[in-house]
Amino acid sequence: MAVTDVSDPRYYHKVVDCQWACPAHTNVPGYLRLIAQGRYDDSYLLNRESNVFPGILGRTCDRPCEPACRRGRVEDTPVAICRLKRVAADHRGDISDRLPKAPLIKNGKRVALVGAGPSALTVANDLLPLGYDVTIYEKNVQPGGLMRVNIPAFRLPAQVLDEECGYIIDMGATVKYGTTVESLSSLLGEGYDAVYVGSGAPKGKELDIPGRWDAPDQVHIGIEWLANIHFKHSETIEPRVIIIGVGNTAMDCCRTAKRVGAKDVKVIARRGRKHFKASPWELEDAEEEHVEIIENHAPKRFVVEHGKLVGMEFERLQWTTDATGRETSTVLETRLIPCDTVILAIGQDNAFPFIERDIGMAFDAKGMPVVDKTTHQSTRPEVFFGGDAAWGPQNIIWAVAHGHAAAISIDAHCQGRSVSERPPVGMTLVSAKVGMHSWAYENDYDASKRSKMQHEDLTKRFSGIGVEVELGFTAEQAATEVQRCLNCDIQTHFTAPLCIECDACVDVCPTNCLTITTNSSPIDELRTRLSAPALNLAQEIFVSPALPQTKRVMVKDEDVCLHCGLCAERCPTAAWDMRTFDLKLAYAGLIDGQVTR
Amino acid sequence: MTSIAKPPVRHPSSRTNGLGFVLRDYEGAMSTLCAGCGHDSVTAALVQTAWELDLEPHRVAKMSGIGCSSKTTAYFMKQSHGFNSVHGRMPSVTSGAAAANRDLTYIGISGDGDSLSIGLGQMSHAIRRGVNMLYVLENNGVYGLTKGQFSAAADIGSTSKKGEANQQPPIDPVLLALTLGVSFVARSFSGDKKQLVPILKAGISHKGFALVDVISPCVSFNDHEGSTKSYKFTREHEVESVHTDFVALRREITIPETQEDVSVVQMHDGTSVRLRATAPDYDPTDRESAYAHVRACQARGEIATGLLFIDESKRDMHDFMNTIPTPLVDVPFEKLSPGKAALEKLMDRYR
Repeated sequence: MAVTDVSDPRYYHKVVDCQWACPAHTNVPGYLRLIAQGRYDDSYLLNRESNVFPGILGRTCDRPCEPACRRGRVEDTPVAICRLKRVAADHRGDISDRLPKAPLIKNGKRVALVGAGPSALTVANDLLPLGYDVTIYEKNVQPGGLMRVNIPAFRLPAQVLDEECGYIIDMGATVKYGTTVESLSSLLGEGYDAVYVGSGAPKGKELDIPGRWDAPDQVHIGIEWLANIHFKHSETIEPRVIIIGVGNTAMDCCRTAKRVGAKDVKVIARRGRKHFKASPWELEDAEEEHVEIIENHAPKRFVVEHGKLVGMEFERLQWTTDATGRETSTVLETRLIPCDTVILAIGQDNAFPFIERDIGMAFDAKGMPVVDKTTHQSTRPEVFFGGDAAWGPQNIIWAVAHGHAAAISIDAHCQGRSVSERPPVGMTLVSAKVGMHSWAYENDYDASKRSKMQHEDLTKRFSGIGVEVELGFTAEQAATEVQRCLNCDIQTHFTAPLCIECDACVDVCPTNCLTITTNSSPIDELRTRLSAPALNLAQEIFVSPALPQTKRVMVKDEDVCLHCGLCAERCPTAAWDMRTFDLKLAYAGLIDGQVTR
Repeated sequence: MTSIAKPPVRHPSSRTNGLGFVLRDYEGAMSTLCAGCGHDSVTAALVQTAWELDLEPHRVAKMSGIGCSSKTTAYFMKQSHGFNSVHGRMPSVTSGAAAANRDLTYIGISGDGDSLSIGLGQMSHAIRRGVNMLYVLENNGVYGLTKGQFSAAADIGSTSKKGEANQQPPIDPVLLALTLGVSFVARSFSGDKKQLVPILKAGISHKGFALVDVISPCVSFNDHEGSTKSYKFTREHEVESVHTDFVALRREITIPETQEDVSVVQMHDGTSVRLRATAPDYDPTDRESAYAHVRACQARGEIATGLLFIDESKRDMHDFMNTIPTPLVDVPFEKLSPGKAALEKLMDRYR
């Protein structure tokens, strides 16, 4: 096999599974170590470099990092990364003087952002320090977008939102609150150098089955209903509620319903539990609050009697998998579930009523603007899209990642550079050795189990819609949980010419990651010949250059490496070294590693 | 040497042996030897050996003397019996233990200092008696624990770390053992587990005394340019006499029928040693040719490795001494110590 090129940052980046899985590539092990040292401010700021809303996402993130966490492969449960992010946010002091500042002298370029949601605020965060004049158009009277109106306050308190949105806006963005953009054409006419559309996916999907329009007041669209509750347009709900859909919006709806008067709340899913879109922890929280989740029921019709909704009829399904793995359903029976209100939470669509179709912007067959996946640029060169507005609903951390990428493009566009030439990703790799057998990180494996988040008790939880359910980790829990991190960013770095093939590293590795063997192709064959077969194909294996004495190679399967550093401690010649890897992501204004401002 | 304990985590797909144990169940305490010490590789090979042979840890006794090598017994099979004896006295302590309980597997670990200097007479007599044990001699040609003096295994002309050349002739444990009539002798290299593990398995399964001389470089004092026991020197001068493999009887043996240079040696406990001669003229059952081969290699500055000699017909200590088959612990006390009257009766026979 070809020798692994460890000078390519992507190799070591992939070893840090959590960081690789995070759309914004947040340096998770880095900020967890800072929490372990009690450096909450530093942890928060390191987090904020890529994820501009640590406090918000510490409560609401969809956590793509956690299923990727190596700890979950070594034992059952991953590190509670998301909760620890919140620990840093909750315990930080005043960090305002350490945030990026906008220069007094502007660069003369004006950028308009449509919406003050997570993606647009990220764009503002990246462009304001470069001297851009940023104007945000927001239809509501407060910033935050869906984070504010669609995520209930019992999951995300307003104060957290105010602080983190404030950090960005206070850099000097002009926000036109209560202003709906009616026409992109006239916005462009105002002479902006670039326009960023971060207007989200604000249209809830309809369920057009018989009876839908017979009692319209008793059927709500989930995200609209959540917004109505948020704005106090509606403050109560009838006792019996059915929620259609089983995504995270459905979880927010059912739990909100319980808080505004519903007694009997049922969430109806068309398929079995393994197909549920909601995050497992949100399902868990809903069930803890006595929400009933009913599987394998397909909506058939709304049952309306004398102009009043009295229930919904469902077909109870049985799913079978055929030889090709395709699942098909058969109807077992028709079942009426009585209810007073139905909330539809079956997905969201984009809506661009404010974009004229004759302004030179291409739309695809589904009515979505054509947007470049990398640059976020539309076919009108000065118009960029991001967040849910770009390619449909994703999650907040994706919106943040979009914001960063779009800001790079907007900066390049405004400065006359090509948007398609993306600034390269870099890295630093520095030895973590600080003594004979000591390292700049805690390398002793901590066998603790994952800490369980404390929740507010049920009675208090329902006493007000704004009572936060998750109470955060205690200091002890945070200290324990942080030590569960395997420090995957402390890389095992191998220098082949130093190796004397004494086998010490191979012998001491607790998880059989290392093998000295003859090189061969293909890689699949080599994978089977290792100390323990490298069966997880999603994890790369490292192949060293030929070793000096026997010309064999050192092979490392990265899959369950604990980064305990025993290989490096045992190595008599320091052929193995533990090195701190720091991924240098590209942000707007960063060209060839230098900030151009 | 490492400052932290080996994490109690194992590979999620670790296989179990016939007893349901994973490899890590055969480990011992964390080694305190120098990082890179060949002895740690020998330990790893012993762990592998015991796991593959399905040895029951409580049926094994680990014996050692004094020296870096003798620390090895602490680093594998933590649930086994063990005795860390006086310098050089491991063979007689093992002889005593074996005399008392022949049902245990005896693994003695020694070094070139422990075996070829202070304990030379002890080792010789254990060979002579045919104590049923695996005797691993971790040979690094140097007194590492006392900072690098030449040992009795150091070759003429090999240099110390400071550059001083050794003048005195070495004792070759393999030639010595062949002279003393050993029934199993092999030599291997700590840096070649592929060869070492089957040899150790064969040595444990052999009924009688099995000496395995393992070149085990001392990274701190004897892994330099002028050393003849370094990783580099050994790799450059190793000559494999036979390709050794060990296949326990319960596992499928897949040898093509046409392969004529393979000899299968049935072991007393039902296992067998499969030998494939890489040198067509080498016969590991002929003591004279084994001696000549080792000497010839030596003359060429080469190190003969592999299973060098095996004689399955030899009697072991229990045969010589006509001992009872039952371990003494299982013999009723009245029979072991029949009392004064019985002693008087015995004494009368000599009066």
